[in-house]
Amino acid sequence: MPDTILDVQGLETVFKTPDGTVHAVNGVSFGLKEGETLGVVGESGCGKSVTMLSVLGLIPNPPGRVVAGTAKFAGHDLLKMTNEEIRHVRGSQISIVFQDPMTSLNPVLTIGKQLTEPLALHLGMTKKQAETRAAELLGMVGIPNAMERLKDYPHQYSGGMRQRVMIAMALSCSPQILIADEPTTALDVTIQAQITDLVKRLRQELGMAVIWITHDLGVVAGLAHRVVVMYGGFIIEEASVGELYANPSHPYTIGLLGSLPRVDAKQHDRLFSIEGLPPVLYQKPHACPFAPRCKWALERCWKENPALESITPEHRVACWVDTKTGRPRS
Amino acid sequence: MSANSEVLLRVEDLKMHFPIYRGVFQRQVGAVRAVDEISFEVYRGETLGLVGESGCGKSTVARTVLQLYKPTAGKVHFEDKDLVHLKGEEMRQMRRKMQMIFQDPYASLNPRMTVEQIVGEPLMVHNAVTGKEIRERVEHLLDVVKLNPSFASRYPHEFSGGQRQRIGVARALALQPSFIICDEPISALDVSIQAQIINLLEDLQEQFGFTYLFIAHDLSVVRHISDRVAVMYLGVIMELAERDELYKKPLHPYTQALLSAVPIPDPVADAKRARVILEGDVPSPANPPSGCRFRTRCPIAQPVCAESRPEFREITPGHFVACFFAERFL
Repeated sequence: MPDTILDVQGLETVFKTPDGTVHAVNGVSFGLKEGETLGVVGESGCGKSVTMLSVLGLIPNPPGRVVAGTAKFAGHDLLKMTNEEIRHVRGSQISIVFQDPMTSLNPVLTIGKQLTEPLALHLGMTKKQAETRAAELLGMVGIPNAMERLKDYPHQYSGGMRQRVMIAMALSCSPQILIADEPTTALDVTIQAQITDLVKRLRQELGMAVIWITHDLGVVAGLAHRVVVMYGGFIIEEASVGELYANPSHPYTIGLLGSLPRVDAKQHDRLFSIEGLPPVLYQKPHACPFAPRCKWALERCWKENPALESITPEHRVACWVDTKTGRPRS
Repeated sequence: MSANSEVLLRVEDLKMHFPIYRGVFQRQVGAVRAVDEISFEVYRGETLGLVGESGCGKSTVARTVLQLYKPTAGKVHFEDKDLVHLKGEEMRQMRRKMQMIFQDPYASLNPRMTVEQIVGEPLMVHNAVTGKEIRERVEHLLDVVKLNPSFASRYPHEFSGGQRQRIGVARALALQPSFIICDEPISALDVSIQAQIINLLEDLQEQFGFTYLFIAHDLSVVRHISDRVAVMYLGVIMELAERDELYKKPLHPYTQALLSAVPIPDPVADAKRARVILEGDVPSPANPPSGCRFRTRCPIAQPVCAESRPEFREITPGHFVACFFAERFL
């Protein structure tokens, strides 16, 4: 059994806005095991990115604030670290790749300059060493003619290549955890396939753990070992990838899977659509956040928020209803 | 939704080149060949899906068909009138029959206009109805797209993305068109909202017998909504066929690669299929490869592919392919 390298418990993050306090993350707990890929799925505003940014201490304060929880990494609580301490973790032991490769690179610095920066900062390499290593990294993520291309500026790279550069940058200090925040959303499908394949290959070669944040249940199916589904700042379902798709048990997960048209569809069915809108949480919910959109909702769902509970050893659900029978879970 | 064989729109050898000017005297030094000699037909009552990656020219096709761009060459016949040579009042009358739904529901609605003004504007411009009747018609249209008619005096910012897209649909319906171009109508929306809009578009087609040209980059969505599908690459249609035929028996290597790159939300099915991962990126349309546009990334390219451009030919009834070696996959 591989060890858990990141253990997040009871994470809560809020944002102060002129309209009131938004409770973006409301007590999220999950573990990440060595060498595994964890998919984090949810729609925009469900708190999936904020959860990861909170763990890395990247929530701008103000307006945001992590108000509760722990995030144990290698025996230390990331949430209690000073800025100085967490800066050493970030980029060298845990690194992150953002969604938009067009805006996450500095347009006025060469790719080489941006790639060598973390090497010099975290590993104390000299300029020469850093350049050699940077070229190696570019080669590893599949950019041909790497030494030459270090002199290029971001605009001379295509979208897919920029995302490869971002991945190279994230991998430069051989992190134990790579967090990928919707890294393929801005890319075309054929490029997306290139990038997911690249990350799968690198994960095996380097033996790191990957957290893959996405709204696309399709991407996660071919990539992750385990998946957590988020809604309204909560984890509402967590299971191994095979179990989740074969046996989705939360009404939201079921709805989400039913609303996806499939390229391998056997027949033309009307899409199942979840009526209504995702919530904006100005109050910490005391009932199930999905109840207003749920066709199974019971009276209890409007009064108490269900906790995440195991239904099989590798499957946890936060729902009062057994969606197989439509009756309350016993 | 069965298509009869009356041709509503016939596009012949359509070309749209955008000139590139350089230097002090702004001489033309080249052209972006956004759309390069494409031909297709749309039958009355059907949905033709147009898929391709970003930059392949699918939106340019839409705009050129509607004569928002003046085509460089080629013919666009709509109801047996050649739109390219229509002028003034005649063109204006034709525009009533052809409407468009845009991708970005945040950018395509004027924030300073109320819903009534937005949806009522086409009615006013075309003198379709006047005065008090406009309000009535707008309320009726909002009802048709399943928005509360009392929202007519609100502004776009008061609505969610999905609701705004419904307003965009209502505006397109205002003049009772027969042909609607949907340019990526759901790609800016959240997953659970996408299904709502797809279902709405399908319901409206059933109710009013619209003909759709449905543009998207998502092959699963296109499979769901289309009767026939055309696949574009770098300004050229590579393959066009009945939906089930195209997805079951793709004959063009690009279509095959594209289909294999689409993630399937099912880990079992995803693991079973063969993957074709394309190398490299899409070349620039300002300087496309000679001969077949796809040859630089094609897994089966031969010397002949660089010499001449493969004809867009009918291989089996209704199945068109632009590839020298399409028979190989029959």
